[in-house]
Amino acid sequence: MELLLILILGLLFAGGVYLILRRSMVKLLLGIILWGNGANILIFVLGKITKGSPPVIDEAYKVFQDIYADPIPQALILTAIVISFGLTSFAIVLLKRVYALVDSDDLDDLNTPEEEDI
Amino acid sequence: MIDNHILAPILVQLFTAIIQLAFWRKTLTQRYLSVGGSLIGLMVAFRLFGRVHESGILTMNAANWDAPFGIVFVADLLSVTLVLLTSIACFAVSIFSSVGLSRQRMLYGYFPIFHFLIMGLHGAFLTGDIFNLYVFFEVIIISSFVLMTLGGRKAQLEGAVKYMAMNILASMFFLTGIGILYGITGSLNMADLSIRIQEVQNTALVGITACFFIIGFGIKSAVFPLYYWLPSSYHTPPSAVAATFGGLLTKVGIYAMLRVFSLIFVPDEFTRTLLMVIAVLTILTGAFGALIKTNIRRLFSYLIVCHIGFMVGGIAMFSKVALMGAVFYLIHDIMVKTNMFLVAGVIRQLGGTMDMNKLGGLYRDYPKISLLIALVLFSLVGIPPLSGFWPKIFLFQEAFNQHQYFYVAALIIGSFVTLYVIANMWAQVFWKNPPASEELENRFAPMPPYKKILMVLPIGLMTLVTLYIGLNAEAIVNVTDIISTQLMDPSAYIDAVLGNKTD
Repeated sequence: MELLLILILGLLFAGGVYLILRRSMVKLLLGIILWGNGANILIFVLGKITKGSPPVIDEAYKVFQDIYADPIPQALILTAIVISFGLTSFAIVLLKRVYALVDSDDLDDLNTPEEEDI
Repeated sequence: MIDNHILAPILVQLFTAIIQLAFWRKTLTQRYLSVGGSLIGLMVAFRLFGRVHESGILTMNAANWDAPFGIVFVADLLSVTLVLLTSIACFAVSIFSSVGLSRQRMLYGYFPIFHFLIMGLHGAFLTGDIFNLYVFFEVIIISSFVLMTLGGRKAQLEGAVKYMAMNILASMFFLTGIGILYGITGSLNMADLSIRIQEVQNTALVGITACFFIIGFGIKSAVFPLYYWLPSSYHTPPSAVAATFGGLLTKVGIYAMLRVFSLIFVPDEFTRTLLMVIAVLTILTGAFGALIKTNIRRLFSYLIVCHIGFMVGGIAMFSKVALMGAVFYLIHDIMVKTNMFLVAGVIRQLGGTMDMNKLGGLYRDYPKISLLIALVLFSLVGIPPLSGFWPKIFLFQEAFNQHQYFYVAALIIGSFVTLYVIANMWAQVFWKNPPASEELENRFAPMPPYKKILMVLPIGLMTLVTLYIGLNAEAIVNVTDIISTQLMDPSAYIDAVLGNKTD
């Protein structure tokens, strides 16, 4: 399971970097999304995956006796997912607007000379 | 010491923003609310600063969860100083934007978003939890995206694409770094991390994690190889927004570097060399970039990059004197850079453009405003009794002590180029006769008198603060002395966070 996740996260990071290095705006956006998911899976993997041991302490003890599934990475990922959802939706709207104005998907075309307004 | 008042600056901004949302599209009410809220925020920040200055580090455990488990807010002197400066800048910008911004932009919620941005800044300065720092960074960048694109001009949106892509990327690096850090230490509380990171055997992994943080904060604070988004986006938004960005946003990156590198990754030989190389190259590229620009705001953007290098160099030398220099420069820089972009806004109103070649003769027409602006520019350059001068003494002294001659040379070149471009700008904008060929619209003259006053007042206010920093440098040196002692020896911070159990 861990090996599979590590392979997936490597793939996501690699794909993200590759897409970000392209000049197209849409690929930039996809790259950012892939990279974000890669980071989330990284947090998940580093939280030491354990199966079938919820973080609930047995009534007889005061502390954990055994290794347990760490809930914090999941809380972190949840927060990160929500944030990246917001950011991504903003980015999509922005890029759509820019595409409508510039009429090009190429990041190199985003160099309109100075336009005077406050 | 537990003190729930730490949250007050954050809450004031939050509620100001929420109340303003209730007055959607009523721009006059929003203006009053914004100035009022900023004033209350300023007073609260003053009080917090006084308390921390008197009684030492204050902490607050969210929902009473004890320190390493819950989210903790920590107000040490560095945090509250920055909160105070942010509040002053917020007050000035809020007055300026109430007259300097088009109604169109206000209708689409400029003021609430502005206060959310300031809330994010306060939060980032006050939190003691590294994941919470990430969350506040996201609050800052999402607000800044909206402010940057508000108005929707073509140049603005194009700048926003670069700004957005680089800042999201910075957050991803930061998040990845946090993930690895949690994996190797099992904690997110910065004070707890400070202890646990020393127990990690695998120092190579710690070094790699530190690199993730350097890249993440480096993009935010616009250091050498990662700075190019800044000059290509900061000249597009309205002046009030540019002032907030230029004065405060890059400085959050510097704050985060100061915090993380003093507390968690205490710089080793490799990190110091890396930061020093970055600092020298940042100063040089920023300075040379500023040399060739004729648009005032583009020029200021490059000067931001140049002066970020001064502070990164201070962090790289990592000694008490060097950190005093870096923190003092940070204090000076927040005030002056915010003010400079406000000045750019006023120049734009006076002359109708920001292109130095088309401007001229402002001194003849507006001698009083020009002299006020001259004070700002002198502080920026660092003419001796003014604020830009003092931190450089510390930086020079420590650089000679540590034989960092490249940094010394870069400091001299950076300061000299700043002097040159500012002198050039002064000559072009204020002394030169205006070019006769073009008739530019003066938007300042037809304004009603109260608007004129409200536009110049914030600049005067911030100039007063800058003069205070410069002329009463001893007080600031005392504060920076305490701050750098706390940064060099984090045990007081750690004790304050982990030592107090609330049972």
